[in-house]
Amino acid sequence: MWNYTDKVMDYFLHPRNVGEIADADGVGEVGNIVCGDAMKLYVKMSPDGRTIADVKFQTFGCASAIASASALTEMLKGKTLEEARRLTNQDIADYLGELPEEKMHCSVMGSEAFDAALKDLKAKHPEWEVPVPEEVEEGAERIVCHCFSVTEGEIRKVIRENHLTTVEQVTHFTKAGGGCGGCRDDIQAILDDMNGQQARAEETTAPAPSNLTNLQRIALIQSVMDTVIRPGLKADGGDVELIDIDGNDVKVRLKGKCAGCGAALQTLKHWVEAKLREKVSGGINVIEVK
Amino acid sequence: MTAQDIVYVDNNATTRVAPEVFEAMVPFLTTEYANPSSPHPFAAAPASAVVSARESVAALLGASADEIVFTSCGSESDNTAIRSALETQRGRNKVVTTVVEHPAVLTLCRFLEKHGVRVEYLPVDSRGRISLSQAREVIDEDTAIVSVMYANNEIGNLYPVNELAEIAHERGALFHTDAVQAVGKVPIDLSKTQIDFLSLSGHKLHAPKGIGALYVRRFTPYSTFLLGGHQERGRRAGTEAVANIAGLGKACELALSHIGEEQTRVRAMRDRLERGLVASCPDPLVNGDPEHRLPNTLNICFRYIEGESILLRMYQAAHICASSGSACTSGSLEPSHVLRAIGLDYRSLHGSVRFSFSRYNQESDVDAILETLPGIVRELRALSPFGRD
Repeated sequence: MWNYTDKVMDYFLHPRNVGEIADADGVGEVGNIVCGDAMKLYVKMSPDGRTIADVKFQTFGCASAIASASALTEMLKGKTLEEARRLTNQDIADYLGELPEEKMHCSVMGSEAFDAALKDLKAKHPEWEVPVPEEVEEGAERIVCHCFSVTEGEIRKVIRENHLTTVEQVTHFTKAGGGCGGCRDDIQAILDDMNGQQARAEETTAPAPSNLTNLQRIALIQSVMDTVIRPGLKADGGDVELIDIDGNDVKVRLKGKCAGCGAALQTLKHWVEAKLREKVSGGINVIEVK
Repeated sequence: MTAQDIVYVDNNATTRVAPEVFEAMVPFLTTEYANPSSPHPFAAAPASAVVSARESVAALLGASADEIVFTSCGSESDNTAIRSALETQRGRNKVVTTVVEHPAVLTLCRFLEKHGVRVEYLPVDSRGRISLSQAREVIDEDTAIVSVMYANNEIGNLYPVNELAEIAHERGALFHTDAVQAVGKVPIDLSKTQIDFLSLSGHKLHAPKGIGALYVRRFTPYSTFLLGGHQERGRRAGTEAVANIAGLGKACELALSHIGEEQTRVRAMRDRLERGLVASCPDPLVNGDPEHRLPNTLNICFRYIEGESILLRMYQAAHICASSGSACTSGSLEPSHVLRAIGLDYRSLHGSVRFSFSRYNQESDVDAILETLPGIVRELRALSPFGRD
């Protein structure tokens, strides 16, 4: 059961501006029935094309999707296109008091529907000055999440406008990554790219001795393996063999009881890798080879 | 708003604790607090409560008391049975189950796969049925255990567990059934079957949450999952939850005496609701196998609209509590794995509602739904951009 504000429930139970506008100047349609929510937004302009005279919507979706769409129509009425264009999904959420974070994608659907309506307006009314949402995003049309058809441009937009930092947040705001989960690494890469390199930089300037030559580094890894890690594993009847070192990737093979042990992956990540990061370099990744 | 105002038709999610069950529990939450394993006479009442509860559970299942192991919930029972079989059936490394199992089984199976166990998931047809001939092909000499639910929680389908148990035994495999949704709703007589393990959960049959049981057929090889003390004759460690166990025993007694009512009065309410909704809501779709279905369950799709919206409006209108397989009600973003497995089209998939009755429901509950829901479906369809062509 979601914890909806009274205002969300009010806009869901008594939605404003439901329906179609037969002679709409612009129509924006986003989402689809496969994804579980969809919205159609109809915009009618004043005769001079300056302000939004009327807005109506149709929504297929849950309570927060209906409430978000309904709120958006109220927010748009009477605004100039320039004013309206500056509304973000966060403004929709704020207008409703609050949306559960898992439901923020409903507010994003609202702002995407308006962007789509603007494009339609521009196409239908070249005589008016329609501020079209700029497509400056890198790889904007590339589909990142195939389960929910979410593009890189959409992901970058919500990250920027909502200052998102985690894959989970991106899923809450766009649904991307919420199906099979196959694109989560891709989303992380976009986050890393947009949120600068500082996170990774912090990680790699670990407490380790700096300025090692490659040979020194390899020797140090070998020594940590032999003096710290292998004795620790042997105590539990296991063992590990160093196979190769390729940059930050340390390839190992599990032996003894570790081989085929269900907890081995945990051990590798939480203990072997942690030890190597602590003693050698923060950027080390331990990879199991069979 | 009081509990009396609630129209509760979500009994596959959980049930109210029967007043008699509550009464049976009270002594063990108040005065009779001794540990049943203690040597002093003060422990006699809790110890004998556990004994008689075990007999009541066994009686409902057509089993012997020594075949019943108390657990904390259905999920624990499922985990215990499947892990036990993999432990005792050395040399066999395969589990056969279905795509429509409860997460208690499916999540465990996915975990086991990561650890080298092979799992075969039997598919279902558009009515949610599995094929016995397919099961015969898949269950082989490498199969340690076959785990197929007795009844599905979402669509209510009853599965041919007795036949499957025989097939499993022909191949030397054990057979487990998650009967959490079936116990108390349909008659079960384990003395007439070859089922090795059966899981049940108290809170689905008017006992409290936090108590379950696992039936383990006498002579079926068994390996303890929860290790520790000697409770349950070494089959499940942990001090007995005496109050919960007494509650489950009473609930099973009540279920046995009401089992006929499930097939008659409860079924009649469900059927009247089904007929009423099919007649009053255009374009309905009833899910599951009408021939082999729990008497209390109705799963129905209303195309072009979304489940959470339907549920919230039903609650707002008449405090109706039901459930839905839509993505938005789960928070998982994906609609129910059961409805996807039966191949529902996307127009229907998000608009499912599950009504599940119990003997505490009245005809007035059916009236309330029939008075409310057709209007809600109409209103939400008017809001939807789909379904106009």
